[in-house]
Amino acid sequence: MKIAVLIKRVPDMDVRFKIAPSGTAVDESGLKFDISDFDGYAVEAALQLKEKQADPAASEVVVISLGPDVVQETLRKAMSMGADRAVQLKHDAPLHDSYAIATALAAELKGGAYDLVMFGRMSIDTANQSTGTIVAELLGLPIVTAISQLTVNGGQVTARRELEGAYELIACPLPAVVSIDEGIARPRYPSLKGIMAAKKKPLETKPAQVGEERYKLDKMELPPERAAGRIIGEGKDAVPELVRLLKEEAKVL
Amino acid sequence: MANTNVFAFAESRGGELRRAGLEAVTAARQVADSTGGQVHAMLVRRPEAGGAAAGNSVAALKAHGADVVLLLEHEGFTNYNPEAIAATVAARLTSGAYRAAIFVASAQGRDLAPRVAAKCQWPIASDVTEFAVGADSVKVKHPGYTGKVIQSFTLSAATAIVSLRPGAVLPKKPDAGGAEAGGVVEAISPAIDPASVRVVVTSTAQSEGAKLDLGEAPVIISGGRGLKEAANFKLVEDLAAAFGNAAVGATRAVTDEGWRPHSDQIGQTGRLVSPQLYIACGISGAIQHLAGMRTSKTIVAINRDKEAPIFKVADYGIVGDVLEILPVLTAAVKEAKKGA
Ligand SMILES: Cc1cc2nc3c(=O)[nH]c(=O)nc-3n(C[C@H](O)[C@H](O)[C@H](O)COP(=O)(O)OP(=O)(O)OC[C@H]3O[C@@H](n4cnc5c(N)ncnc54)[C@H](O)[C@@H]3O)c2cc1C
Ligand SMILES: Nc1ncnc2c1ncn2[C@@H]1O[C@H](COP(=O)(O)O)[C@@H](O)[C@H]1O
Repeated sequence: MKIAVLIKRVPDMDVRFKIAPSGTAVDESGLKFDISDFDGYAVEAALQLKEKQADPAASEVVVISLGPDVVQETLRKAMSMGADRAVQLKHDAPLHDSYAIATALAAELKGGAYDLVMFGRMSIDTANQSTGTIVAELLGLPIVTAISQLTVNGGQVTARRELEGAYELIACPLPAVVSIDEGIARPRYPSLKGIMAAKKKPLETKPAQVGEERYKLDKMELPPERAAGRIIGEGKDAVPELVRLLKEEAKVL
Repeated sequence: MANTNVFAFAESRGGELRRAGLEAVTAARQVADSTGGQVHAMLVRRPEAGGAAAGNSVAALKAHGADVVLLLEHEGFTNYNPEAIAATVAARLTSGAYRAAIFVASAQGRDLAPRVAAKCQWPIASDVTEFAVGADSVKVKHPGYTGKVIQSFTLSAATAIVSLRPGAVLPKKPDAGGAEAGGVVEAISPAIDPASVRVVVTSTAQSEGAKLDLGEAPVIISGGRGLKEAANFKLVEDLAAAFGNAAVGATRAVTDEGWRPHSDQIGQTGRLVSPQLYIACGISGAIQHLAGMRTSKTIVAINRDKEAPIFKVADYGIVGDVLEILPVLTAAVKEAKKGA
């Protein structure tokens, strides 16, 4: 089985972001970067699929990332988890239009003879949840999005997607594109052996063939701060005061 | 003639119109009033035996501002059929005269809208909280970075897809215009055979968890590890029942333990919610949890640790044992509801 996983490099989210002086980017100084959450789940799911094959060595997991040279670090991490090789689609300027990004990803995937192409449900920074679908459409492949369970058997994908208060079971033939929600698997930590091995695995760099950008990022800003919290009391004796506030101040009761 | 009409996707499940559908139509009406065009709302379902529910959905769409209800009926629409629906919507949109297409970024909308965008080659703005449609551009605001950064974009295109964050536009009947009486129904047929698609939704089932939907409920009662065990979620459910309009949510600690299904998880890797009222019960307030609920209008926290980070975002906090406080709060809410 040949599997491609599309991974994006994003900042860790457990910080208070600052906006760069340009007003159209976050200030990256001091930020740590890693594989976007859902893309990490996708890498793990791909590795598990490979390991489940009768002859895992005959399968290949290829990780692909579009971005400047720093994404090589992200690709190395995925290889240290177990991916076999990596491709960087080099592009230095920030991109905002998922259509433009998808065009470049599809150009790389086309002709790659992948049985399965895996995306994260959404990237954790831009949160568009559209790139994978556009890639699938450009490749003419079926896509099953935001899945929390995945089985691949006899050329067929079966999956589960969570809805609001419900879920769907979905079937689709290979080759296919899927996008991975939480629930399938947590990414493994790279072992020391994996980290050493990753240094020797092939990482190819090519220029990204991005499409036309129809998006302009006008501004980035921080949302308004919440007013500081207020503790109204201790134990069950505070309940009447809470109910009064919900009624009279917050007007939600 | 310039493109002035606005398309709205009227989401349904099992033949029943969903709130997301009314939000899309309400937003489309606002746009159409500025472009001077018509609102065309598409409803997809199996041909019904003309039951009351069937007529109600169409009436509700008209009442919320649809000038034309595009009724796409076929036996193949028992479950969501992404490929057949996307092909049909795209064929309609590219047939002309549409300025924009409005979706709501529910689970279904998030699946469908990018499919349509790709087919039409229109730019798509996802998970939008505010937007304005101009003559040759669309301006949108979109929260990114787990809600910590708001991005403003301009999409330069004569046609665009806007996928609205659930709850960004509240369903509202237009004040004037007499839409109540007007509106026509136009039957349309699928652009491709719904039986010959590759992606097949084989079944749709109710989740084990919440009865009311997290994305739609105005009140969310959420439980964390502080509840100690699955059985104690009964206390959370009781409080939700006392409110009557509340859904039950959970932290990842809880869904990891299997106390609640994953679909109840709120946070960075779970659902993003912004209800009118969010009550956090035995939740520490980890950054990844806050990412999913910090935009709630009013936040209440009950936690026995007065240093818990959840108190930093809570409008009202009570320090104490959640197992002891919940039953008292439930009784008090029931009492208050009686008086209301
Ligand atoms: C990549 C990543 C993604 C994540 N995504 C999510 C996500 O989407 N959603 C999410 O929720 N988490 C997420 N997490 C996990 C998150 O970091 C926290 O571990 C989790 O939110 C903690 O859940 P909790 O508050 O229920 O448990 P804890 O942190 O264990 O807190 C329990 C709280 O209950 C209080 N308590 C205990 N007993 C009582 C009592 N009797 N009465 C009152 N209070 C009591 C304690 O004081 C404590 O504050 C993610 C983590 C990572 C690394
Ligand atoms: N620059 C990129 N490089 C590689 N994959 C990407 C990139 N941007 C987005 N993706 C993939 O597309 C998915 C959805 O991204 P988005 O549509 O931005 O939410 C991500 O989870 C990744 O799998």
